[in-house]
Amino acid sequence: MDVVDLFLTVGFWAATVRMATPLIFGTLGELICERAGVLNLGIEGIMTIGAMSAWMWVYQGGDLWTATLFAAMVGASFGLLHAGFSVYMGLSQHVTGIGITLLASSLSYFVFRIMLPGVTTPPKIEPFAPLPIPLLADIPVLGPALFIQSPLTYIALSLVGVVAYILYRTPVGLAVRMVGENPMAVEAQGIDVFAVRTGAVAVGSALMAVGGAFLTISVFDAFYFQMINGRGWICVALVIFASWRPGKALLGAFLFAAFDALQIRVQQASSSLIPYQFYLMMPYLLSIVALIVMSRRAAYPKALLVPFRRGER
Amino acid sequence: MTTPVLRLDGITKRFGPLVANDDISLDLGSGEVLALLGENGAGKTTLMNILFGHYVADAGRIEVFGQPLPHGSPAASIAAGIGMVHQHFTLADNLTVLDNVMLGTESLWAPRQRRAEARDRLTALERDFGLAVDPNATIGSLAVGQRQRVEILKALYRDAKILILDEPTAVLTPQETDSLFDTLRRMVARGLSVIFISHKLNEVMAIADRIAVLRQGAVVASFDKDATSREQLASAMVGRTLAEPKRTPLSAGGPVLEIKAAGLSRRHGGQRLDNVDLTVREQEIIGIAGVSGNGQSALADLISGLVMPETGSLRMLGEPVRRAGPAAMVERGVGRVPEDRHSTGVVGDMTVRENLILEDYRRRPFSRFGLLGFSAIATWTDRLIDSFDIRCSSAAVPVRSLSGGNMQKLILARVLAREPKLILANQPTRGLDVGAIAYVHEKLFEARARGAGIVLISEDLEELLALSDRIAVIYQGRLSEPQPVENVTLTDLGLSMSGHGAFDRGADQSHAA
Amino acid sequence: MRLEPREETPVWLSASAPLAAIVLALTLCSALIVWAGAPVIDAYLSLASGALGSRFALSETLTRATPLIFTGLAAAVAFRAKLWNIGGEGQLYAGAMAVTWLGTGALTMPPVLMIPFLFLIGAIAGGLLLLVPTALKIYLKVDEVVTTLLLNFVVLLFVNFMLFGPWKDPLAMGWPQAAPVIDEGVLPLLVEKTRLHAGFILALLAALLAWALMRFTRWGYEIRAVGLNPQAAEFAGVPMTATVVRTALISGGLAGAAGVCEVAGLKGYLTLDLSPGFGYTGIAVAMLAGLHPLGVIAAAIFIAGIYNGADSMSRAMDISNYLADVITATALLAVLASALFTRYRLRAG
Repeated sequence: MDVVDLFLTVGFWAATVRMATPLIFGTLGELICERAGVLNLGIEGIMTIGAMSAWMWVYQGGDLWTATLFAAMVGASFGLLHAGFSVYMGLSQHVTGIGITLLASSLSYFVFRIMLPGVTTPPKIEPFAPLPIPLLADIPVLGPALFIQSPLTYIALSLVGVVAYILYRTPVGLAVRMVGENPMAVEAQGIDVFAVRTGAVAVGSALMAVGGAFLTISVFDAFYFQMINGRGWICVALVIFASWRPGKALLGAFLFAAFDALQIRVQQASSSLIPYQFYLMMPYLLSIVALIVMSRRAAYPKALLVPFRRGER
Repeated sequence: MTTPVLRLDGITKRFGPLVANDDISLDLGSGEVLALLGENGAGKTTLMNILFGHYVADAGRIEVFGQPLPHGSPAASIAAGIGMVHQHFTLADNLTVLDNVMLGTESLWAPRQRRAEARDRLTALERDFGLAVDPNATIGSLAVGQRQRVEILKALYRDAKILILDEPTAVLTPQETDSLFDTLRRMVARGLSVIFISHKLNEVMAIADRIAVLRQGAVVASFDKDATSREQLASAMVGRTLAEPKRTPLSAGGPVLEIKAAGLSRRHGGQRLDNVDLTVREQEIIGIAGVSGNGQSALADLISGLVMPETGSLRMLGEPVRRAGPAAMVERGVGRVPEDRHSTGVVGDMTVRENLILEDYRRRPFSRFGLLGFSAIATWTDRLIDSFDIRCSSAAVPVRSLSGGNMQKLILARVLAREPKLILANQPTRGLDVGAIAYVHEKLFEARARGAGIVLISEDLEELLALSDRIAVIYQGRLSEPQPVENVTLTDLGLSMSGHGAFDRGADQSHAA
Repeated sequence: MRLEPREETPVWLSASAPLAAIVLALTLCSALIVWAGAPVIDAYLSLASGALGSRFALSETLTRATPLIFTGLAAAVAFRAKLWNIGGEGQLYAGAMAVTWLGTGALTMPPVLMIPFLFLIGAIAGGLLLLVPTALKIYLKVDEVVTTLLLNFVVLLFVNFMLFGPWKDPLAMGWPQAAPVIDEGVLPLLVEKTRLHAGFILALLAALLAWALMRFTRWGYEIRAVGLNPQAAEFAGVPMTATVVRTALISGGLAGAAGVCEVAGLKGYLTLDLSPGFGYTGIAVAMLAGLHPLGVIAAAIFIAGIYNGADSMSRAMDISNYLADVITATALLAVLASALFTRYRLRAG
């Protein structure tokens, strides 16, 4: 198969949009946290527990939408836990994040094992069905690629605009951006720095968890161990790549997903000249390359990683 | 006196063993300018941070317009009509003036910001009070004086009736200070009340109606401006007579440091330096005046060895310096007192002992074959602690537990023990009390008498005039020809600092040529 | 009530903080045991006996602690310099690959030379792997947290490729594993009829050396200064690049040595499941130890005991052995929170 042909196939574009979805959720979630000055390395674990809890909810008889909501709430609770350590206690955001990831992923596996003892092949559920958008879905190529997708994908796409609007056009967005730049400025204007940061981390973590849930209740129909497989870390890289801007985050997620979709197809199409492991390495290597390209120019939120303590001299 | 708009009653605040505010009671009348005078560390800023809700007082009550003010809530203070201009500006550099002003003025859950209305209101305020700033400019692009205007505008925008200014003139030129005073008078004329915090007697006498003097956390005296004098205030403020060391005339010797046509671009994070010439000779102190952000840190980085000039040259004791490196500069005989003690001068979580050898640990006998020589270190540091009178409960306590003055003594000990030929003293007395200031000055004079050349960068113009043999002004990365201090007046200095080169015609022409 | 910084932290407090954290973690996790339907006391007794209850259990715990001491030291040394090396897992495999490359027949030396040689190349491999993100951090300001994390996945995929490709042992009956380390390179057993090998002694030695490095040497002083206040260290003339690079080589080298232990000491050959996350668990070990190299020994033995105990508890009472991971993560967070009480004191008023 010719590589040029590949770009014209509907399947390629549809796969790109599908694979971008969890990255969009995760990247937006991380972006919100970091804009508020909190690096959330809990993302990998929060995505895992989002994936597990949404799946478990459905497996126990719940419907898909409440499962999404449930995952978001679980994610938000881990966000609150993170904020308790990193915001209120002002402890190292790096170590807190790693701790949250270890806790959330091990809890996911533990709960899964306890609730489903002795299963060898993971049981399946009925995931979200693609929802064609009337009229738009009939556009050639673009229609099937963009407009016959999971409802969660539409939510992810519209969230990009929503997050951008909130950050740049609303008072609460201004407070979030300001608290990531200079918390003292926020405190001096009579706004509770801790509350703003905690809120941002909770909301961001909820989005990450929905990103994880998308994998188990939309793309796949089961929960596997290690299924997040570094997607969370890739999102952390994408936030830097996106210079903390939602629009660029969308672009980054799409580029990434397109590359991922491409490598799978090339891998299937080409002979076994290049071992598949090298294709699988590509997303991680690409993330590192993206970091190298962007880091020198990266304008980090000035108060990122800096804890705020009230009334301390 | 009219009915008080603000009443502080029995405010007490402790930080560990330190009593920062000791049973302070104060009244502020309507339309009054009350000056809070006291040296650094007297508790002025703590008191105002309590009033504004940043800190919670251990005891005491606050009434604003007769209503009790809840403790520890900046929001409540703002709502009660208190506005504060912090000494360290509380602005976000990457955001615009309008963003900074608008923050917190709308309900957080409003669906959108009302930017157009806010901009109109801000522009109107700017017109009324004569505080012109472009609302769309990002804070980072503004000069220090303009940033202060934004801080004042923030308070006015929130309808402040009581404005607190914490050391507002520290960063201004004399002319900017005059214009700030005009603004304050305009505010008072409109019925606002002002608390003006300062340690400068002249300014307090120029603007205040009433003056409360703080010393060691307590109000020791209160005067009407018309019924007091500078001398009376000074003795109330310091509480003891201190012989401030005086500069003795010495003739300068041969050149120690020669900077020729040095240039530095912005890539280094610091500010730009443009074609800087500077020669420092033995036994002289060169003062560098300037509004902060005009290239002082770049110049300091250059002398400290953190960067090399991109153009031009640097010679130390006649030898050209070709490679950057703080250790190499120290080896060449440069002693460096950094601008920010806490962030650059010491490692707060390491012990007094470990900090004292921070520039010397590589030398024998402090380290041999890669191993630290603990007994040699102990002997050496004990001697320094003793001879520089560093007050600490033991040499093994972390430096962060030391007072600012003792921290600065530690840095001076580290620097001066090597008997450097050149000393860079960058804001060496910032935030210190009078006793510690006198100590630092004395040590600098001693070094000068010993034969060292000294570069003194300071925002305190009176300090510069008292210590320097020659003074140069830095403005937008350009350094003027140093003038003998006898020929320099405060007014000249102020004009040059704001780019009106009355001070420095000769140098300007040479640059133009 | 409010927090107030302490001038000095009493020794008893720094020592008891991790103990308190462990008690808290075990208490919190007992809720999970109850939920799993098992009696808490019995479960923990079963866990304890699985960890320490017999000579064999104890030897297994020490065997498992061996790589954890190395990865814990790797994290402790790096974190002291605020070099956030989360790539211990990848560096462990790098060390293991180095052993497989040169220790499975490519070179033969007598054991006295072979074993040190394997540790040397394993450490070099781990160190070099960490040098990549470190160089990116120093010269291009690329955040090392993300790069070290991402490299873990890359390394693991590379191991996967080697084990299914060039290194696949034809004698392994289709299992993806490499050829065994030659006899000269195998670490001798310490106790007959157990799996406890000489790597444990080397781990103790490494901890002692790391402690001496941090405590008595110029390098250790530099590492601490750079970690506690890089700006002041740079200003004072501490060589920044050299210190960070040195830290990276030491940290990566220690993690690489963990891989050497597992291949040359425990398994005998490289497999895909060589490490059940020793690199990540090392972070918990380091934090529990308060980044103190000698504390790492105790913390590693404790965590290894939890894992081994959880295995036997899960066999006995049908509670998933993922409980061990939960306990470890909870203990990590708890000890992090306890740091607040060692650096601050609670004051009334």
